[in-house]
Amino acid sequence: MIRKAKSDNVLIGTNMRKVEGLSKSTGRAVYTDDIALPGMLHGKILRSPHPHARIVSIDTAAAEALDGVHAVITGKDMPTTYGIIPWTPDEYPLCVDRVRYIGDGVAAVAAVDEDTALAALELIEVEYEELPAFFEPQDAEQADGSTPYIHEPKKEGWNGNITKMVHLEFGEVEEGLEAADVVVEGDYFFEGTTHTPIEPHCAIGQWDGVGHLTVWSATQVPHYLHRELARVLEVDQANVRVIQPLVGGAFGGKSEPFDLEFCVAKLSMLTGRPVKILYTREEVFYSHRGRHPFHMHYRTGATSDGMLTSVDAKILLDGGAYASFGLVTTYYSGQLLCAPYAMPAYRFDSTRVYTNKPACGPKRGHGSVQPRFAFEVQVDKLAERTGLDPMEFRRRNFVGSDTRTVNELRITSNGFLECLSAVESASGWADKFRRMPFGRGIGVAGSTYISGTNYPIYPNEMPQSAVQMQIDRSGRVAVFSGASEIGQGCDSVVAYIAAEELGVPLEWVRVLRGDTDFTPVDLGAYSSRVTFMLGNAAIDAATKLRKKVQEAVAAHWDVAKGEVLLAGGYAVWAPDTARQMPIAEAFNLAEARFGTLGATGWYQTPKDVHGEYRGGTIGASPAYSFTAHVAEVDVDVDTGMVEVQKIWVAHDCGRALNPVLVEGQMEGSAYMGFGEALMEEQLFKDADHGRAGLHNAPSLLDYRIPTSLDTPELEALIVESIDPEGPYGAKEAGEGPLHPSIPAIANAIYDAIGVRMDRLPFSAPHVWRAIEAARERGELRKPEQPGVAEAVSAD
Amino acid sequence: MTTQTRVVRLIVNGDAREVGVPTHFTLLESLRYGLAMTGSKQGCDKGDCGACTVLLDGVPTLSCLTPVWEAEDRNVVTVEGLAGPEGPHPLQDEFDLHGAAQCGFCTPGILCSAYALLEENPDPSRNQVQEALAGNLCRCTGYAKIYDAVIAAGHRCRMSLSDNGSGEPSGGGS
Repeated sequence: MIRKAKSDNVLIGTNMRKVEGLSKSTGRAVYTDDIALPGMLHGKILRSPHPHARIVSIDTAAAEALDGVHAVITGKDMPTTYGIIPWTPDEYPLCVDRVRYIGDGVAAVAAVDEDTALAALELIEVEYEELPAFFEPQDAEQADGSTPYIHEPKKEGWNGNITKMVHLEFGEVEEGLEAADVVVEGDYFFEGTTHTPIEPHCAIGQWDGVGHLTVWSATQVPHYLHRELARVLEVDQANVRVIQPLVGGAFGGKSEPFDLEFCVAKLSMLTGRPVKILYTREEVFYSHRGRHPFHMHYRTGATSDGMLTSVDAKILLDGGAYASFGLVTTYYSGQLLCAPYAMPAYRFDSTRVYTNKPACGPKRGHGSVQPRFAFEVQVDKLAERTGLDPMEFRRRNFVGSDTRTVNELRITSNGFLECLSAVESASGWADKFRRMPFGRGIGVAGSTYISGTNYPIYPNEMPQSAVQMQIDRSGRVAVFSGASEIGQGCDSVVAYIAAEELGVPLEWVRVLRGDTDFTPVDLGAYSSRVTFMLGNAAIDAATKLRKKVQEAVAAHWDVAKGEVLLAGGYAVWAPDTARQMPIAEAFNLAEARFGTLGATGWYQTPKDVHGEYRGGTIGASPAYSFTAHVAEVDVDVDTGMVEVQKIWVAHDCGRALNPVLVEGQMEGSAYMGFGEALMEEQLFKDADHGRAGLHNAPSLLDYRIPTSLDTPELEALIVESIDPEGPYGAKEAGEGPLHPSIPAIANAIYDAIGVRMDRLPFSAPHVWRAIEAARERGELRKPEQPGVAEAVSAD
Repeated sequence: MTTQTRVVRLIVNGDAREVGVPTHFTLLESLRYGLAMTGSKQGCDKGDCGACTVLLDGVPTLSCLTPVWEAEDRNVVTVEGLAGPEGPHPLQDEFDLHGAAQCGFCTPGILCSAYALLEENPDPSRNQVQEALAGNLCRCTGYAKIYDAVIAAGHRCRMSLSDNGSGEPSGGGS
């Protein structure tokens, strides 16, 4: 369903095919592991069996001597640290002197085939000196240096287990809490989860022997990979080429360089042969970079008429062995909470620590899914305490459009109220909330997310996204795009825009993509930035070309430029549409008049959209999306089993450029949130249950991502608020719609049986324990209806 | 290091093929790395994800768990074999129209499972589609668009069935 805003567009806003859709459904689509190069060798990486140890020595002689082995490398071959955030490069492609988690890479082999490479790994002898390890973030935070920290302290006397501490305060927090009629305080735990794209990471390196390095990789950040490859391998950036075949899912799990990309490059440089490494599924689980476990404490105050007065948060982030995006995650854990509700005062105190487990990083809804869970449950509690329907409580606190949040982020368009109304009416909320029988419940939650980060990962003043477009005599339009197609449809977005603006049929647009040798820089598929930024870049390029075509046709017809329209394969004279010519003829006129027709277009973010304080730029975005979910659940109080019957997802995406793709993002997000809510846990064993630091279940079925039978019915409700700066008014749709799934389910469980779930996942054992505790307290019951319960006034 | 190899005869999408592969190769490895038929995907290598699903004598089969010799002289249909000279199979077309393939990596396996379902029952309910695809993990879509596409393709298959009286949905190889 779509609540459609008016427009004059012909294609934009209609359901369209994806440019690569048929290639995917016919098996023609090429992913990295589908590529085989002549003479290609196969690589494997030897991984640490210890969570924390010094490398005393590595003996590779026997492996090198094995028939079919072409090269063996260790950390000493690439002794340069890298990291996606320029301020925290703390990883080596292969460990040099220390391993920090079970699975850390220590050596790599290139051989004629995988079997030989695996046999060679067995022959590498590594002597380790084991070190005490940190598994719990609280232990890491409180370490006193009596055992080695996981990383060297940045300054003498500091705790080397701490990646980042952020303390930000806006408004009068304590005064706000004192002035509140109701203060709700709670502890929450969000267990870590991981992305599990169906395509495992894969990379191929090819060195040409005279200075040129090509790397094919299943990455979602080819530009950053390009830079880090050049730096670590000491090859000029101009001589590095990154090719990104289609990517078989990513969700944030491929958004920084990984060991395999450096290893294939180095092994190719040493052997003169192409080298491929394909992760096993187990390696994908260990490479991780997924959702951080968060330990959260919230105090939230409201007046008796349901207005928020103050929010105070303290968060401990379990970061795993390396920094990854952790600096940003630590900021995001607080910065992205300040909408869609107005809060007069807000403070967050977030600390990210290292532990001896695979590094955490960005997963769909980076850093803000966890606090959103805690906060939306807090809001639900406040609504109950103030005797308000939780829909009404959320409405009353709506932050508004064209405003600033308490942390000074600029909000432009904001369709959150429409989202709330959409899920309220579609779900039949009024007849269900607190009115269904014990065991069945309904819950609501809201959220916001960025449409791209306002600033790039490394400071620079250049465009965040760009395309090059050329039109030829046949009527064909070629778009050169460096954006990362990971399934979300960004190659199609530029094609839709080219077709819309230049008036050609969609099938005439070719998108030439994913190769740093011929595409302008786009920073990558992260932070939901692509449609907004790439879309604006494509409009810029197409508009430049359209104007030339209009001018040439106008001159030919001797009419005004503004009267020439390009649409549906024709140039048309607006005052009398019978006067028209095929678009190819129009392009030929333009080429004759202006020469060969090509244009670049780019997008740069506005600069006045955030506060001038340290960290104020992090969380800043040119536009924010808004979402509301309602979930309906059944809870079996004897077993703790929760069954989600349906999730209604309403999302303000600005404008749906292609509604079918927007719905797909919304449904996929809600599905992924549902999986985190009920099933998924990235768990590691402790010493009482096996080998400490070992992944508990590094396979898809044991980790348990939802199958078709597990997944509830999902209903996507598109809301269009038409953003003033988005392409045709569009904002993001790929990450925002994940956030409310989890708290909506938690709030629905409460509505069903009166039990608050304050830790994830809501799997049967956790829910059963909470039920038993509630039973003992005599609180296992259907909660009272709003207004019936004794609303807490000033107490 | 030497690996033992053997030559295996397979009938792939209607073509008799011979492929020399290490004896421990699975059907999936033989298709992908022996015959360069890269349409079928490897997502887990242990039968969890279903991206490698092919039709073995018409039955959806996890090719990553099938030793290649088990497929000797048998009919293998992969995603590449679903389209015919007249164009893509209705399933393939409907997947495109409904946005049922996002990243597309699970799609080849899902199409093979769905093809077998429609062969048996071109008018499946949503629940029947859900059950038929229970062995195929998709991480992008939440499955909703996939159900829509399979049901729509079933409808088209039924239409073409009533048009030409043939039970074949389309395509070579089966």
